Amino acid sequence: MSRSGTLGSKLYRGEISIDFIGKRRRWYAFSGALIVISAIALSFQGLHLGIEFKGGASFSVKQAGVTVAAAQEAIASTGIKTEVITQTIGTDKVQVQTGVITTAESQMIQDALAAKFNVNSNSIDTQLVGPSWGADITHKALYGLFAFLFVVVLFLSLAFEPKMAIAAIIAVVHDLLITVGIYALVGFDVTPATVIGFLTILGYSLYDTVVVFDKVRENTRGLTGGSRMTYSQAANHAINQTLVRSMNTSLIALLPVASILFVGAGLLGAGTLKDLSLALFVGLATGTYSSIFVATPILASLHEREPAMQALSRRVASKGNQGTKANGETDAVLVETKARSSQTSSAPRNQPKRKNKKKR
Amino acid sequence: MARANTPTSSRPGRSLLVLLAIFVILGATAVIQGASSVKLGLDLRGGTSVTLQPRIVAGQKGKVTSAAIDQAVAIIRQRVNSLGVAESEVTATGSGTNRQIVISVPGDTGRRIVQLVGQTAELRFRQVLVEGAPGLAPAPSASPSPSPSTSASVSATPTPTAKKGKSAPHAAGTASPSPSTSPNPTVGPSVSPTATPPTTATSLPADVTPAMVAKYNALDCTKLINRQGGGGDDPNLPLVSCDRNGTAKYILSKAEVLGSEIKSASAVLDQTGGGGWMVLLNFNGAGTTAFANVTSRVVGLAAPQNQVAIVLDGLVVSAPRIISAITAGSAQITGNFTQTDSSDLANVLKYGALPLAFDSGEVQQISPTLGADQLHAGLLAGAIGLFLVLLYSLLYYRGLGLVSVGSLAIAGGLTYLFTLVLGKTIGFTLTLAGIAGLIVSIGITADSFIVFFERLRDEVREGKTLRSAVETGWVRARHTIIVADAVSLIASVLLYFFAVGGVRGFAFTLGLTTMIDLLIVFTFTKPLVTLLVRTKFYGGGHPLSGLSPDRLGAKTSMVRAPSTAQSSVQEA
Repeated sequence: MSRSGTLGSKLYRGEISIDFIGKRRRWYAFSGALIVISAIALSFQGLHLGIEFKGGASFSVKQAGVTVAAAQEAIASTGIKTEVITQTIGTDKVQVQTGVITTAESQMIQDALAAKFNVNSNSIDTQLVGPSWGADITHKALYGLFAFLFVVVLFLSLAFEPKMAIAAIIAVVHDLLITVGIYALVGFDVTPATVIGFLTILGYSLYDTVVVFDKVRENTRGLTGGSRMTYSQAANHAINQTLVRSMNTSLIALLPVASILFVGAGLLGAGTLKDLSLALFVGLATGTYSSIFVATPILASLHEREPAMQALSRRVASKGNQGTKANGETDAVLVETKARSSQTSSAPRNQPKRKNKKKR
Repeated sequence: MARANTPTSSRPGRSLLVLLAIFVILGATAVIQGASSVKLGLDLRGGTSVTLQPRIVAGQKGKVTSAAIDQAVAIIRQRVNSLGVAESEVTATGSGTNRQIVISVPGDTGRRIVQLVGQTAELRFRQVLVEGAPGLAPAPSASPSPSPSTSASVSATPTPTAKKGKSAPHAAGTASPSPSTSPNPTVGPSVSPTATPPTTATSLPADVTPAMVAKYNALDCTKLINRQGGGGDDPNLPLVSCDRNGTAKYILSKAEVLGSEIKSASAVLDQTGGGGWMVLLNFNGAGTTAFANVTSRVVGLAAPQNQVAIVLDGLVVSAPRIISAITAGSAQITGNFTQTDSSDLANVLKYGALPLAFDSGEVQQISPTLGADQLHAGLLAGAIGLFLVLLYSLLYYRGLGLVSVGSLAIAGGLTYLFTLVLGKTIGFTLTLAGIAGLIVSIGITADSFIVFFERLRDEVREGKTLRSAVETGWVRARHTIIVADAVSLIASVLLYFFAVGGVRGFAFTLGLTTMIDLLIVFTFTKPLVTLLVRTKFYGGGHPLSGLSPDRLGAKTSMVRAPSTAQSSVQEA
């Protein structure tokens, strides 16, 4: 604890300051590249949809000595023409997935498998999904997504401010795109559990962002009254101050998810647990990244466009050594921010912080 | 800093009492209700769940209305209850007309449920106009393989003279050699599929249009896909349909008698005939008249138009020849039924047809073995996840970590009591997705402790005394926690309303635990920390307490003289 405690305190006081916002173009470019890769993967490879989305049936038999070949034989014996994917899970379980079939056909397959492996047909775990089912749940998930984004924008606008809401939503959409891209690229199965995982990520990603934004709001309160630091600098300081917290909350959130993923995939194979936790795992990682590298820089960009903030930037700049560069342009502010944050932990950077705190 | 001395929330004892009261109330409720164990979902104990999606049927007046869905739920519930399986459930999920009906039946009932609930059970009696072999090409002569199919008889029960029939193979296409053992030689094989193509039929009834003939010719009843039925056929129009076993195809007249005109239905063992099970129907007044009319009208016609088809959900169950008019108001449906088949059919007919057609959106059948496996996996994952979180908290936050261990324990206890009580009051069942939600929520709950602890440590770094740091840190952390939890809550509420099936359980437990998280942070974690900083170990900033100002690198500490602190700032 002591080491990170010290690191935490140095970050808190600005003795160590990582310039997240000044280098935002770099992060934007990085995220942009990831999104482009995701889009390419999505359009060329597409998502690997589970039977819940495309319709079909899945049968699994648990019996010692099951083999893929025997299962395929059983399916072939029914004479039903459909695509069949067969795989074994562990040593005593075989799973058969088929395309869209009817209830009657599903029962024929069930009977054939039961006869082949000498088990009761009711002990075969089956899932039968109609062809229109996937479209229904896709629609629902999309409605859910848009309703969620809308309500959250509204809520964050009230709880914080509209610009924070916009920045938060951009970060969330960013997370979503990249997570979907990873799914397309790797070819993980997308099932309703995955979709729920995706939607939960939204909430999670926002949790992280809220923690950072709350600090940003605190640091920037009454900022325009003075001329000590620009909005970007204050926001950057907030990220640094909450860095340890963000890492801890993300790690703590990731631990249980990792345990579900490990146990789910290890003991049960494909299924609700694995699908859900995989989506959460991928999403949590991007969510932590985006609240630091995307949401807050965007928030700073949005605010630096305000006349009051530009005036502040000019004042801050004229106070500093690099005053000549300040002309109110956003680009200039960027340069300015970089320049200032490269001077590690100067006294004036600490001062406003303390004053701010004491005011309230 | 001055504000820290007059905090409103510095009454830890009262908050803890509130929490205790909640515990006692929940515990008492659980005991009074007799809830001793958490209700497990089917995916954790085995069973069958069927999700039905209302379907709009082309050409039918009935739109999917909310009332129709309610009615369908009631009818399906009666059907499911007729099975007598305890804890079966029929519910509609979603809202308005966009609802699905979810049927869950524990145990090994399997496919019987699927057949029972999915059936629309629209029973219609239609006169046969054209009958032929099931295949595509209208075979010019009767090939031996599609042997006379429709096995059934309609008869006025008290008048065995009308009895006729032969039992045909129940399973389609197998064509087991069960030659017609017609007891009455004068009747003969009534439905010989000599399959004179209807286009060349000698006497086509007037209301058979060319369009219907084309449809009939194009229909291949040997294909399973064409024998899905599902009902929704317009009773006022003629119908082109298959035998449900795929042994013949038909052009049928408009419906003459409807299922709604049935007064009662029961499964009986046929004493007089082959000894098979059959369903005995009794018509109401209108049904009796209508059935008498159609039987007396067709009795004199030539085959196949002297047959009356019994059509269930758009498929012909049987099409017996009528030998004499039946005026007694009763009929039998035979069809090589087993006892289960016949009692299920009788039940389905008794409780009436569903007002809507349904697609079985999803059918899931989980054996008790898999259920137990999934339960174990879920519990194991939860235990490992919880252990890791606790370990991390203790390693990182030391003494404060104990506070999160305690808070998580309380949260766990509350969650358990809530699932007990909600299981009884609103029928909440714990599914695998729900367990996943619980495990994920361990992280979310611990997150709010971290937000508070880090805030607290920030305040200590600012040079505040521990006691005031707890109060000011809390005021600031509180806002963050409320906003963050509100976002989680919004997410779970929306997930709950937009999700389908088992994943709703995930949203539910996530929402529930988010609220418990808020409750715990306010009534346990914060008051506990307030109390703890009054102790020597925490309040004195012991190195292991997690609150040591030295370790946190505070600008001022209670130990150091102010001058030292001042100089350290200037150094920086």
